Amino acid sequence: MKLYTKDHEWVVIDGDTATFGITDHAQSQLGDIVFVEVPEVGRELDKGGEAAVVESVKAASEVYAPVAGEVIAANTRLADDPGLVNLEPESGGWFAKLKVSAGADTSELMDEAAYRAFVASL
Amino acid sequence: MSDSTGAAPLPTPLHDAHVALGARMVPFAGYAMPVQYPAGILAEHTWTREHAGLFDVSHMGQAFLVGPDHATTAKTLEALVPAAIVELAPGRQRYSQLLAPDGGILDDLMVSRPTDAPDGWLFLVVNAACKDADYAHIAAHLPASVSLRPLDDRALLALQGPEAEAVMVALGAPVADMKFMDAAPMTLLGSEVHVSRSGYTGEDGFEISVPADAAARLWDALLADVRVKPIGLGARDSLRLEGGLCLYGHDIDVTTSPVEAALEWSIQKRRRVEGGFPGAARIQAELANGPARRRVGLTFEGRQPAREGAEIADRQGRIVGRVTSGGFGPTLQAPVAMGYVEAALAAPGTELDVLVRGKPLPARVASLPFVPAGFRR
Repeated sequence: MKLYTKDHEWVVIDGDTATFGITDHAQSQLGDIVFVEVPEVGRELDKGGEAAVVESVKAASEVYAPVAGEVIAANTRLADDPGLVNLEPESGGWFAKLKVSAGADTSELMDEAAYRAFVASL
Repeated sequence: MSDSTGAAPLPTPLHDAHVALGARMVPFAGYAMPVQYPAGILAEHTWTREHAGLFDVSHMGQAFLVGPDHATTAKTLEALVPAAIVELAPGRQRYSQLLAPDGGILDDLMVSRPTDAPDGWLFLVVNAACKDADYAHIAAHLPASVSLRPLDDRALLALQGPEAEAVMVALGAPVADMKFMDAAPMTLLGSEVHVSRSGYTGEDGFEISVPADAAARLWDALLADVRVKPIGLGARDSLRLEGGLCLYGHDIDVTTSPVEAALEWSIQKRRRVEGGFPGAARIQAELANGPARRRVGLTFEGRQPAREGAEIADRQGRIVGRVTSGGFGPTLQAPVAMGYVEAALAAPGTELDVLVRGKPLPARVASLPFVPAGFRR
C-alpha cells in the first residue's frame, strides 16, 4: 500500500523494504527539476529526517524520510536524468529504498484518499 | 495571498490575461505576478532564446523627469547617477545606478531621452521593489525647476528573443532600423507607445510602454503570433542570470559599488574624470586602484546548482566571498552563479569552491555573460 506524508513524500512498504520518492503534487509545485541528491547506500535515515535534496530551476527543497531505515538502494538514474522526477514522480522517479524493521512507525502517514483530501485543503 | 508587507498584492493591467493563460501567480514587490505558465520555466526559457518571449513587467516603475531644457534635467539626474546623461542623444537609452552618498547602489535604472516629448524630459524605468524609495530620493534632490512625474497609468511589456523584431514588424511597428538601446515613440494598434530596443534576457528585444487601458489588446495581439509565448518571472530570472545581468537586492545593493559590481562600463569617461555623483571619491579610487572585491561569474563541474548565500572558498578552504545569484542555466544545461570574491581571485579561470550544504563544489571563475548576448548593435 502506498502511504503519504504531509511533506509530500510517498512510500511503498513491501515486507522489510520501503521505497520512497516525492508525490506528483510535489513535482508539479516544484516545477522543472534539474538536480537530485539521493542518499548514500548504507546511511541510516531517521523518520522525518533529511533524506535527499531536490532542486528545481527556482529553488532547492529538502526531502524527508517517510519512515526510518537503512538505505539499501538509491536511484542513480536521477543523477543524469533528474527530469524523471517530473515525468514519473511516483514510479521511475523513486529516490531510495530503505530496509525497515518490522512494525515500522507509519502512524502519521496518510493513505491515498486522506492525502488527496490534504492536498485539496492546501 | 499576501506579500511580506501584509498588503494585498496589486494586479497589473494584464492580471486577467495571466490567469486565463493558467499562470501561477505569486506576490512579488507588491504585485501579483506570473512566475510561470503551464509550459514551465525550462520551456519558457528555451522558447525565449530561440523565438520570442512576452513578459509583463508592468510592476516596474515608469516616470518622467521634467525640466525646462535637456541640460538642466540631465545635470539634475547626473547629481544622482554616475552615467553621462548630458550627452545622451534624443532617441537613446542608457543604463545607470542611483547611488548613495558612499557610492553604494540604491537601485539600477534605465534612462532614455524621448524624441516626442518636449526638450528637458527624460524617461526613467526603475525596479518595482525600489520605486517608492527611488521616487522619494529623486524628489528630495530636485531643484525647483525640475519635477518627477511617476506614470501609474502605463503598463510595460517586454518582447525578447531572436524573433522579436519580426513579430514587431508584423504588427506594423517600425523597429527594423532601431539598434540596441535606441528608444522611439510609435503608434501600435492605435495606441501611442514608447519602445526601446533593450531588455533583461541577454537577447535582442524590445520593451514597450503602453497605456494601461491598451495593454491587454497589445498583449493579445503579440501572443496571437505563433512565434510568441508568455514567459513568467521564473524564466526571466534564469535568462538574466545566463546573461550576466544584475538583479537588484541580490547582485547589487547599498553595500556594493558599481565598480565592485563590474558595472564601470556604465560610467562614461567624462563622469569618471569629473566626478560630481554620490560616492565619486570612492568610485574614482576603485577605478584607479581596483576594488577590494569584484562580481564574477562561476561555472561548476557537476549539475548541482549553488544558490544565493552560498559561501565561496579558495582551494585552501579560506572563505573569499559569497554567491549572490545562482541556479541552473537551461541554455547551458549546467549550473551558473554570480557572486563577489576578493579581487585577486576574480580572474577568469581561477579555481574556487562553493560550499553547498557543507560540501565544496568545485567551481571556476567565468567571463560574463555566460550565454553570448544577442543584442542588435
